[in-house]
Amino acid sequence: MLNRRKAIATLLAKRGKDLFIVPGLGSTTYDVASLGDDERDFYLWGAMGGAVMIGLGVALAQPKRKVAVITGDGEMLMGIGSLATAGVQAPPNLAIVVFDNGEYGETGQQASHTHASNARGSVALTGVAQACGIGETYEVASEAELKVLADRLANFDRTFFARVKIASEETPRVLPVRDGVALKHRFRRAMGVGEKGL
Amino acid sequence: MSVANAARAQAAPWQDQLFDAVKAAGIRQMSYVPDAGHARLIQRCKDDPDIRDVVLTTEEEGVALAAGAWLGGQRSLLLMQSSGAGNCINMLSLIQTCRFPFVTFITMRGEWAEFNPWQVPMGSIVEPTLKLAGVHTYRVEHPEDVAETAAAAMDIAFSGDLAVAVILSQKLIGKKVWVK
Repeated sequence: MLNRRKAIATLLAKRGKDLFIVPGLGSTTYDVASLGDDERDFYLWGAMGGAVMIGLGVALAQPKRKVAVITGDGEMLMGIGSLATAGVQAPPNLAIVVFDNGEYGETGQQASHTHASNARGSVALTGVAQACGIGETYEVASEAELKVLADRLANFDRTFFARVKIASEETPRVLPVRDGVALKHRFRRAMGVGEKGL
Repeated sequence: MSVANAARAQAAPWQDQLFDAVKAAGIRQMSYVPDAGHARLIQRCKDDPDIRDVVLTTEEEGVALAAGAWLGGQRSLLLMQSSGAGNCINMLSLIQTCRFPFVTFITMRGEWAEFNPWQVPMGSIVEPTLKLAGVHTYRVEHPEDVAETAAAAMDIAFSGDLAVAVILSQKLIGKKVWVK
């Protein structure tokens, strides 16, 4: 299984200047921040279940830019309906990547719906995405598969969904900017839509 | 009613005036969970090539969408029925924390001549809960006030980074008609 910090580094090694990222709250925000602070990242510290919808709003508003939502299984499950909404809209510039360890890492490693050890069943997020009409999906569990995904993320032209199976392990927290107003202004400035002087 | 408003009310039904206000405010994304009271506005927006219509599974999605739209430089509008207001509460933290402009038009149930008691618990707390969540509420009771109130709400929201809900009262919308 993949280490989440190595996985994020491989995934974004070829990040283009037009790729804007919405990381889900908790571990995926820290993962993206571990690569260095970037104005094109809208680090979430809350809004659980909203990452895909925020990414969708950006993607629809900016058809010439690319948007990657990179979130965890718990955050994705809370906003599971947003996969249906994204599937219906299907903008060509939206990528949804879920780092799936089957756990709520922030709160003590409790099993999520995707955990393989669930006694009576577990949820396959990629299957959900497919059922929501997202035609291009990836199951990623190896370095080789991760490199294929990284190449696609650097050059994609339709909505896709990827589940990256990551190991359950504690990683050091990398805490980015928490000031939501500052994050908003700098993201808009990087997008070229910010107000003068902000 | 002012003379100007009276003339406008005569010119077109308030639903069409509302669409004109939405267009004048430069709305480019309209998200919604359907409600009969919004049917005309939804259809007018869907028919407009410059407005992207986004049907939602739950209203809180529209709150997050509005934040994303603004991050990308567009203005978004969320349409819902009063029962959807409660679904939005935690996601409104995003709006308040980041001071995103946010506008929603809410058609009311559970008040005037409501036949369904299941609509009353949420309907009766829409305004206080939204206020607690940092959303200003503008209530409309009369057709001639709809467009002007909506325009004022969108103006203050997008120019001042504020959250505003336009509450379209059940008296304005009229009793739900079951059999057509």
